[in-house]
Amino acid sequence: MSTTDSSTATPITQGKRRIGDVVFANTARGSGVLILLILAGVAAFLLIQSFDSLSANTANFLTTEEWDANTRENPAFGVAALAFGTVLAAAIALLIATPVAIGIALFIVYYAPRRLAAVLGYIVDLLAAIPSVVYGLWGIGYLVFQLQDFYVLLERYLGWIPLFAGPISTTGRTMLSAGIVLAVMILPIITAMSRDVFRQVPQGHREAALALGSTRWEMIRMAVLPFGRPGVIGGAMLGLGRALGETMAVAMILSPSLVISPFLLQSGNQTIAAHIALQYPEATGYGVSALIAAGLVLFAITLVVNMGARFVVARRKEFS
Amino acid sequence: MTTTTRTPSTGASGDGPAQRQPRLLSGSLPRFAPPAVLVAAALVSAGVLAALGAFSWPGTAVLAAVLYLVAIGALSTAVENGRKAKDRMVTGVVYICFALAMLPLVSLLSTVLVNGLERLDGYFLTVSMNGVTPSMDAGGVYHAIVGTVAITLMAAVISIPIGLFTAIYLVEYGKGRLAKAITFFVDVMTGIPSIVAGLFVVALWMMLFGPGETNGAAGAVSLSVLMIPVVVRSSEEMLRLVPNELREASYALGVPKWLTIVKVVLPTAIAGLTTGIMLALARVIGETAPLVLTAGSSAVAINWNLFDGQMMSLPVFIYAQVRMGGAINMERAWAAALTLIVIVMLLFLAARLISRFFAPKLGR
Amino acid sequence: MAKRIDVSGLHVYYGDFLAVEDVSMTIEPRSVTAFIGSSGCGKSTFLRTLNRMHEVTPGARVEGKVMLDDMDIYGPDVDPVQVRREIGMVFQKANPFPTMSIYDNVIAGAKLNNQRMSKAQADDLVERSLRGANLWEEVKDRLNKPGAGLSGGQQQRLCIARATAVEPTVLLMDEPCSALDPISTLAIEDLIHKLKENYTIVIVTHNMQQAARVSDQTAFFNLAGTGKPGKLIEMDETNKIFTKPEKQETENYITGRFG
Repeated sequence: MSTTDSSTATPITQGKRRIGDVVFANTARGSGVLILLILAGVAAFLLIQSFDSLSANTANFLTTEEWDANTRENPAFGVAALAFGTVLAAAIALLIATPVAIGIALFIVYYAPRRLAAVLGYIVDLLAAIPSVVYGLWGIGYLVFQLQDFYVLLERYLGWIPLFAGPISTTGRTMLSAGIVLAVMILPIITAMSRDVFRQVPQGHREAALALGSTRWEMIRMAVLPFGRPGVIGGAMLGLGRALGETMAVAMILSPSLVISPFLLQSGNQTIAAHIALQYPEATGYGVSALIAAGLVLFAITLVVNMGARFVVARRKEFS
Repeated sequence: MTTTTRTPSTGASGDGPAQRQPRLLSGSLPRFAPPAVLVAAALVSAGVLAALGAFSWPGTAVLAAVLYLVAIGALSTAVENGRKAKDRMVTGVVYICFALAMLPLVSLLSTVLVNGLERLDGYFLTVSMNGVTPSMDAGGVYHAIVGTVAITLMAAVISIPIGLFTAIYLVEYGKGRLAKAITFFVDVMTGIPSIVAGLFVVALWMMLFGPGETNGAAGAVSLSVLMIPVVVRSSEEMLRLVPNELREASYALGVPKWLTIVKVVLPTAIAGLTTGIMLALARVIGETAPLVLTAGSSAVAINWNLFDGQMMSLPVFIYAQVRMGGAINMERAWAAALTLIVIVMLLFLAARLISRFFAPKLGR
Repeated sequence: MAKRIDVSGLHVYYGDFLAVEDVSMTIEPRSVTAFIGSSGCGKSTFLRTLNRMHEVTPGARVEGKVMLDDMDIYGPDVDPVQVRREIGMVFQKANPFPTMSIYDNVIAGAKLNNQRMSKAQADDLVERSLRGANLWEEVKDRLNKPGAGLSGGQQQRLCIARATAVEPTVLLMDEPCSALDPISTLAIEDLIHKLKENYTIVIVTHNMQQAARVSDQTAFFNLAGTGKPGKLIEMDETNKIFTKPEKQETENYITGRFG
């Protein structure tokens, strides 16, 4: 014990705080604060830059459908049609994706053999990693042609429902196509979230149901779905948030027009995000500022949806 | 719920062995029944459609699926009971969902592969579009690869330190109102649409450098806005997985907190951290919308300078070619898409391998 | 080398909750002091205040005095990091660093603090510490293998070697054998006997036979009542505590008639 006398030589009193600790802790805190500043900056810059065009706008920004902003003289533009299109596309995607995602999640957790389930888990994650521009390319370069036959049938037999009324677009570049591609894109998000909550269902609950003599489906209905519902809802809302903000797939597939139209099989409608991407390169006059204003609306919509999703998910955590 | 209680209770209460025996044995379809029914359903629907002169593969698949659900339900109701029939039908539905999910993935990968291979070769990867008119049978994506690499690297250089240190703050230091606020706003940031991140930089650059200034750095900053929250989330999760006992062991050896974090916590979590960062990279490398606004969509020449002039990137290249719409443009788009998917998949694969082989054994 | 610990009037709080109330005791150098008592009576909490490890838990704080020889470890200028180099600790669950080899685990204290050490010095320290922990013969051929690959008992001895390599004067042990089988437990108890020659040792244990076997002094802790803070009931020579304790409570506990 005599080789080092550090224990007696170093006094345990050391007046100053360690420099390393101070620097490190402050760097960490600084990074966190920087994130807050960035986010504040996003909101502030968008507000400031949109103010210009909004104050010059001669039409009501929230109720006007047309977009006449690329001018210095009396611009008149609004987001009514865009907001409608955004919500419509996302709603279609959500309606298609949610049931399928629940099915896949159940399959992965309760039906598939274990090894297949692991592979499927990877595949779902992989689907989520494919860039949206590739989905868009696939949609416009392949899927719309395949869907055309289906649309013909849909119009022939279900055309009496206004949604599917003709005359159908001959290019397939419709709201329904955009919605279907968006559905494929958000499928992995909802699946991953549902899969995680289904996995967390306590074994006790499941075995209790099985011990009552229930079939697998009854077990799922009694034990799994009630437990997982908030998680599934949260996942669906995150997917909705993604679908609302998705730009490229819609910009590439949809043949746009700035009117509010409920006809899914005809060309028409447009979403905020796609509109910004398409218009930005040609924007002049108040154009850019007006697009920033539209972006602000999109930001607000997704913010509300995402916060709703977090709230639902967080509440579930409290109960489990 | 009433059905659940009825059957087992009557069975167990027992009216004598003679009756109990058949109850337990009764009603069960042989194991080969579901596949047999499926094959039958497929054959019947193919036949019916052919007879009507409307045969098609998708039509057959849809009809067969419906037919299978009806048939297995009816069969099970007849031989077994209503509850089992329902169970079998739900099983069918779940399998169909699975098939439905595989369909787009297989279709997407195969179309990109088939169409992309037509043009993807050494030439395509090593030349730019400089001096190539849109419909000329020439040109490649080298300039876009350069742009993607440069922009993504700069985004990573910005995002990884900020994201990692924020995660460290949240896990190791954070308590109280600031940590709560950061957690909340990181969640908010995760939900920012990518186009809005682009607009943010447009607005910022307009104030700093005047209107119309596009360059690679702007693109990198907009990607950082999207990447930072992803890095924070995944790193935070990984740091929380490091057992507290290791931190305590280090403190008990008289190691200061920051050295404990740098030398014990981070090395223990390094595999998970790297995986998370790779996945974040895989996500932003395919981002298109913000780059269209910030780095421009019309550059054709090789540009390594992030601070001077427009910069092409792979996703924007795909988008720009599709917008031009000619046959050759589509070919270029497919080939570029294949290149992009290969890059993303390599990142993805690397991430999985790292988390698989380099994770320390935590002795559980 | 080994130092005396003098505790006077120590209260431990978690936020507003008083966990341990008014403890005063003297822990003699070169001896083993055992803390016994039922679960949740605050003996581990109290142990952690002896090297300021409780400060790792948010909201935990103490009032009172802990003297290490003539130095108050809660004095205004005292650096808790230095205190912990002076007073080492071994935990309930063996916790070797999973990213380090056996060799690196032993010199972790020096390594993590960025201390420079020649290869020869390091080799020497590793061998001395592992011999001190009765582990050298078992691991000398695989020093570069991960520490997590050892058995539970070996891991715990590795943690003891790691703690002693920092050359502390006091060693705190928080139920070091509770996760081990009887053979490994015996190995640790032998080791404690040996370590006592150089260190002041404080051990928390649930096992009264163990306390009787290894300790010179025994302190009995108990809750002052349901929902009340933990208290030091009695402390004396181990022999005396186990044969004729002063307090009825202590006798009830050690004879198994509890409450």
